[in-house]
Amino acid sequence: MLSFLDRERSVAKAGFSRWLVPPAALAIHLSIGQVYSFSVFKNPLLALKAADGTAWSLKEVGYIFSIAIAVLGLSAAIFGKWLETAGPRKAMFVAASCFGLGFLVAAGGAAWHSLALIYLGYGVIGGMGLGLGYISPVSTLIKWFPDRPGLATGLAIMGFGGGAMIGSPLGTKLMAFYKVSGQQPIATTWVTMGILYFIFMMFGVFTIRVPQDGWKPEGWIPKTTQSALISKHNVEVNTAFGTVQFWLLWIVLCMNVTAGIGILEQASPMIQDLFKGQVSPATAAGFVGVLSLFNMAGRFFWASTSDFIGRKPTYMVFFTLGAVLYWLLPLTGMNHVDSVPLFVLVAGVLLSMYGGGFATIPAYLKDLFGGYHVSAIHGRLLTAWSTAGIVGPLIVNGILDHYVAAHRPKVQAYPVILHIMAGLLVVGFVANLLVRPVAEKYWIKTAATVKV
Amino acid sequence: MMVTDKRKTSPLLILFAWMLVSIPMGWGLYFTVLNAMKLFQ
Repeated sequence: MLSFLDRERSVAKAGFSRWLVPPAALAIHLSIGQVYSFSVFKNPLLALKAADGTAWSLKEVGYIFSIAIAVLGLSAAIFGKWLETAGPRKAMFVAASCFGLGFLVAAGGAAWHSLALIYLGYGVIGGMGLGLGYISPVSTLIKWFPDRPGLATGLAIMGFGGGAMIGSPLGTKLMAFYKVSGQQPIATTWVTMGILYFIFMMFGVFTIRVPQDGWKPEGWIPKTTQSALISKHNVEVNTAFGTVQFWLLWIVLCMNVTAGIGILEQASPMIQDLFKGQVSPATAAGFVGVLSLFNMAGRFFWASTSDFIGRKPTYMVFFTLGAVLYWLLPLTGMNHVDSVPLFVLVAGVLLSMYGGGFATIPAYLKDLFGGYHVSAIHGRLLTAWSTAGIVGPLIVNGILDHYVAAHRPKVQAYPVILHIMAGLLVVGFVANLLVRPVAEKYWIKTAATVKV
Repeated sequence: MMVTDKRKTSPLLILFAWMLVSIPMGWGLYFTVLNAMKLFQ
């Protein structure tokens, strides 16, 4: 009955336009990107009381998001290889089912005041949907856009940033609507969102196609000479996992993401503290909005730019310009240059490179390891994101907690944090610098085993 | 989305697909820009 999900049934017929593929990918990423707007549920969850009057703590509620992101990375790593054989349609269907079901199970947790059920629903089941959904369109987009892999994957991963922009007002307005109508706002909102997202992701499931073997864009002739870092060969995922290049890119992604978290984790309080008396909480919320715009734009801009300047140079920009800007950012505060616009601009550029790092990495992987197992390899690489998601907040909150415990002004902690982030980008710079073409011994040798 | 053999995908279908994802993205972008404008107030 579900044979229409098979890879063979999703091969495009002659005449199919590749420009239908990015919307299919966007339908997935615009949905799963909701996870980055989960904070709209934080205060309502904290206000939710059990029958005996007890409530959850900030730490307990915080674990919901952390579990989801951790499971995202693990799922992408574990199921990436399955995706390559199952095909994007089946993977997207499973992702949609998990993401939607996760909301429904979590709704039960909200209705019955069971945090364990929310952890299971949104965190574990939803997290599996996140991981599989994130990587599901990547290799298909690269196959359809061999001439512009950065643009194509950048479009999809830009959608992940866009998903947070949709999820935030959607969650807020649904909760307000259900509260007015006298219903439990969180549970009903989650049921609604689970159903809506499942339906929207089904558009992606039904629209996605894989190109026929040997397909290439009309009139496109692959370059005969190109950077040595762009391989004409393919590497199997388990083999790639054992190469130096994989782990150098793992460090590249981990450092870039950790540094970005250094701003994201503390954006609102940081601007208020660095410009005390000048920036109100409402204005700080506006700053967070500006950062999300730069984050989303950066995903498309930097990934598309990498098609022209190359992946390694693009990351070189992130790590050199980024390190300088992280170092200079605290100097824009009221104790030095005292310029809110300059602070916002610098932070915005830094966040654009945070987003750009996510969006450019699939094309970087394709350049080094070929397109054959790029989704699977990308899936394993995303463990770097999970690691950064744990390490980043630990650094930021650890240093802030230390200053608070020592009764020292938090404003003194920010330069320390941002300078550490600059240092991490130097580590990323070195890792990127060391990237070389993958040796011939790792290439897949038999053409018959390569299913393109 | 059904496409017949050897017939190119209808431009209207491509437009519809992009509209379907652009509208919610535009909706979210609108609220984000509204929020971002507080920075300049």
